[in-house]
Amino acid sequence: MRFLDYFRSKNKGTASIAKERLQIIVAHERSDTSKPADYIGQLQQDIVEVIRKYVNIAQEDVIVSLDRSDSCSVLELNVTLPDHYQPREQKSA
Amino acid sequence: MAKIVVVTSGKGGVGKTTTSASFATGLAMRGHKTVVIDFDVGLRNLDLIMNCERRVVYDLINVIKEEATLKQALIKDKRCDNLFILPASQTRDKDTLTMEGVQRVLNELAHDFDMIVCDSPAGIERGALMALYFADEAIVVTNPEVSSVRDSDRILGILQSKSLRAETGEEPIKEHLLLTRYDPTRVSTGQMLSVEDVQEILAIPLLGVIPESKTVLHASNEGVPVIWNAESAAGAAYSDAVARFLGEQIEHRFITEKKGFFKRMFGGGSK
Ligand SMILES: Nc1ncnc2c1ncn2[C@@H]1O[C@H](COP(=O)(O)OP(=O)(O)OP(=O)(O)O)[C@@H](O)[C@H]1O
Ligand SMILES: [Mg+2]
Repeated sequence: MRFLDYFRSKNKGTASIAKERLQIIVAHERSDTSKPADYIGQLQQDIVEVIRKYVNIAQEDVIVSLDRSDSCSVLELNVTLPDHYQPREQKSA
Repeated sequence: MAKIVVVTSGKGGVGKTTTSASFATGLAMRGHKTVVIDFDVGLRNLDLIMNCERRVVYDLINVIKEEATLKQALIKDKRCDNLFILPASQTRDKDTLTMEGVQRVLNELAHDFDMIVCDSPAGIERGALMALYFADEAIVVTNPEVSSVRDSDRILGILQSKSLRAETGEEPIKEHLLLTRYDPTRVSTGQMLSVEDVQEILAIPLLGVIPESKTVLHASNEGVPVIWNAESAAGAAYSDAVARFLGEQIEHRFITEKKGFFKRMFGGGSK
């Protein structure tokens, strides 16, 4: 029994993990939506501009990241608002 | 009409130059007049593997810049009558590889040769792009390892979009997978990606599997392409690959039955 387990565990070695990871990344890189570098920067810029219509924030207050997993991709958006944020309306009013 | 074959991989150090040397030699041994071109401008190595490093006078860049004729730059192999080497420049950089220049050299070679083998540098920059741009067929050299497989997939994408054949809408470049540095024992114990795994991911026809072999280092030490060593597994595997490339049906060797055995015995199939 132990003898068989030894081979079983070896058969479930790291190669199968490698294959799974490759299948995912290769599928993503082949698809047209797979070029985060191409649009994430622009997306971040646009988001900053939209938020600035309402709140004064700095460029680095918006963080956009992409996490690609098996069946879906998660776009994570983090916006840090200033401690005492001033809505734009108040300023202009 | 000459056939242009690029040996490419994306990732560095996977065995492109080893393959180019043996493959070109194999084609020449089988009667095809062959030239092998080193596109690794700035880091030439093919001359060492082919044992002609002391005979280099002019190189590819000299010919492109019309500082020398092809006749002056081509080096005739000492062992094989049908084989010539066009070395890379050691001193200039890859920017000197102009598309017009490369095209002119290839056109001129096409008059005299049946087979033109292009040894690509690593990466996806100018040198690599120039080596593959005019290709009719591509040998994608891949190691059974994650970064190599991923880079091969990138290169396949480039072959399919940034080559002359892709841009002019001609019949696409014919792609061949050559899996090198394969270790069947490690595959059978689940430590290394198998031929089937890599084939499933890259989805291109398998030209051959070259086992990991100590003979390859001896061959480069001596400057004798490993295909000359017919007794060695790596040499024999290269011979088989050349024969398959030329249309012969030959069963794959050196993949070893062990894996099937383990799978059957212990229900492995680590999918
Ligand atoms: N089948 C093999 N078995 C053992 N060693 C090998 C095998 N194939 C290649 N090698 C070794 O791997 C190393 C890299 O090989 P090679 O120079 O052919 O790779 P390359 O892809 O041309 O590299 P680069 O990207 O730098 O041009 C060399 O030391 C070579 O001897
Ligand atoms: Mg090389």
